[in-house]
Amino acid sequence: MDKFTKLTGIAAPMPLVNIDTDMIIPKQFLKTIKRSGLGKNLFDEMRFTQDGEEIAEFVLNQPAYRQAEIIVAGDNFGCGSSREHAPWALLDFGIRCVISTSFADIFFNNCFKNGILPIVMPQEVVDVLMDDARKGANARMTVDLENQTVTTSDGQSFAFEVDAFRKHCLLNGLDDIGLTLEKVSAIDTFEKTAAQARPWV
Amino acid sequence: MAGKTLYDKIWDAHVVDTQDDGTCLLYIDRHLVHEVTSPQAFEGLRMTGRKVRAPEKTIAVPDHNVPTTPGREDPKNMTEDSAIQVAALDKNAKDFGINYYPVSDIRQGIVHIVGPEQGWTLPGMTVVCGDSHTATHGAFGALAHGIGTSEVEHVLATQTLIQKKSKNMKVEITGKLRPGVTAKDITLSVIGATGTAGGTGYVIEYCGEAIRDLSMEGRMTVCNMAIEGGARAGLIAPDEVTFDYVKGRPHAPKGAQWEAALTWWKTLKSDDDAHWDKVVTLKGEDIAPVVTWGTSPEDVLPITGVVPAAGDFKGGKVEAAQRSLDYMGLKPGTPLSEIKIDTVFIGSCTNGRIEDLRAAAAILKGKKIAPGMRAMVVPGSGLVRAQAEEEGLAEIFKEAGFEWRLAGCSMCLAMNPDQLSPGERCAATSNRNFEGRQGRGGRTHLMSPAMAAAAAVTGHLTDVRDLI
Ligand code: SF4
Repeated sequence: MDKFTKLTGIAAPMPLVNIDTDMIIPKQFLKTIKRSGLGKNLFDEMRFTQDGEEIAEFVLNQPAYRQAEIIVAGDNFGCGSSREHAPWALLDFGIRCVISTSFADIFFNNCFKNGILPIVMPQEVVDVLMDDARKGANARMTVDLENQTVTTSDGQSFAFEVDAFRKHCLLNGLDDIGLTLEKVSAIDTFEKTAAQARPWV
Repeated sequence: MAGKTLYDKIWDAHVVDTQDDGTCLLYIDRHLVHEVTSPQAFEGLRMTGRKVRAPEKTIAVPDHNVPTTPGREDPKNMTEDSAIQVAALDKNAKDFGINYYPVSDIRQGIVHIVGPEQGWTLPGMTVVCGDSHTATHGAFGALAHGIGTSEVEHVLATQTLIQKKSKNMKVEITGKLRPGVTAKDITLSVIGATGTAGGTGYVIEYCGEAIRDLSMEGRMTVCNMAIEGGARAGLIAPDEVTFDYVKGRPHAPKGAQWEAALTWWKTLKSDDDAHWDKVVTLKGEDIAPVVTWGTSPEDVLPITGVVPAAGDFKGGKVEAAQRSLDYMGLKPGTPLSEIKIDTVFIGSCTNGRIEDLRAAAAILKGKKIAPGMRAMVVPGSGLVRAQAEEEGLAEIFKEAGFEWRLAGCSMCLAMNPDQLSPGERCAATSNRNFEGRQGRGGRTHLMSPAMAAAAAVTGHLTDVRDLI
């Protein structure tokens, strides 16, 4: 997993609420057995016509936002399925950070596993960031994980909360499985005790 | 000190390690695996030379992307991508020594139907799967939830998950349901009341008389859609109904172990003085047969209602509602019962069990589907299918004009060839009505199996109470 420390980039405004995982990556692209290459189909049905033509109005098709690395979104981003193809597609497109008032639980988890930082902000702050994002390519937002701040293109800075353990993993690009395997003796002990208490499991 | 909820009890029994910040390592009793979200996880194991820690607790079945038409045992009859995913699962199950039900096995079916059916899912367990509807297993009083592929790999390698505890939410359905109202109407009505983010950050326990009165099939329907309400998991305390269902299943405990298990299972309920962070109460008698009108599961209304206008909503939902109306091709003010449909899909892990098929067949008996209607039944497992054939339900469906399919997810997510065309409108018993969910441009109305059967007969959304 790539580290996430500080990012200055273009933010795309997506004010729609309940952007679900079927919108982020429609199921016809779940047929791969790989993690890579999904970026070209990110938001496929919103981004392209049935014939594969770009839909000009869609935000990521606009010249200003083609290089976006941040999305500022409406409530409940990432609801729906557990498909990790959603963060894989975002990452492959180049998105490293999503900011919203709320996220669906599994999507939120999946982001951290892939080096994407999901940030929860109150509505008033999301409104300010959304306006900043609407300014286009010259307005670059800065997300500083170390200091837990988001700074708009005109210098307004907002603090955000992030789970300490997840922050640590993201800052250092740590692999969860490796960390857990360091605790293998605790797992062994648990299994022995549980096998006594609940032998039918 | 306040008592504990059922969730607290199951959680406490599975904590392997707690860090200072409250992050826990949680032990996983059952890990269910399917062909779409697992290949990358197995690839990860191979790349790092890791093994599956507890293959005996890992169960795999292909379901999401398999054809539901005859002859599918032969990969030549699958699309290329399905064949690749199914072959990968075949190989991974064999190489890593995990329990497996291939498409040729009569026990194959939707992972959330197979687990309970085979007795893999038991009260008090932690159950995970790379699929959000893992919440289904909560009906047994198990802590069950969906995970992403990285977590699938984590569970395969360590049999644990890194988790932070959710908050406790109680959803109580008091009193009795009225005739024609089912578990699906309960679960949709709850989402209608709380919204799709209403459960975010919570594990829901469903309780109350109307829940207690449900069969295990009905309880699975309710818990299945906890995820549509945003919750991590939904669960129901186990009781005699649960124990009767579990007893004698292939992987359920037997003899002395059964007795020991039962003793513990009976302690699995929330204490009277348990603390709830959020409580929602609905009266059973207030719940009507419902349908969805929009493209979010929270867009729920009684079938007696009319299509709303975007202006009826507030905030960001106004734009979303307008988008839904445009996508669904609906005019505000139209009575829901006048919406014509052209496709009916009965199946999925929400409503693909025997009781669901019985409820639909009861409406269809001696009737025909409306002219021009495409209707299909996709049983949740090979065993459900066989039972329905034995009970004569298959004949009722076929005589009414339904296609009688093999088990799988099918048109619930439309990864296989079972899809809607743009503009087609479907009465579906599945759980998601998102844009494009059942095929690009396809329009989905969610409802109970009885309501879907009623719509198949009349050709439009219909109050099932008019037909019983
Ligand atoms: S039936 Fe639908 S919801 Fe259930 S597991 Fe399959 S795709 Fe997911």
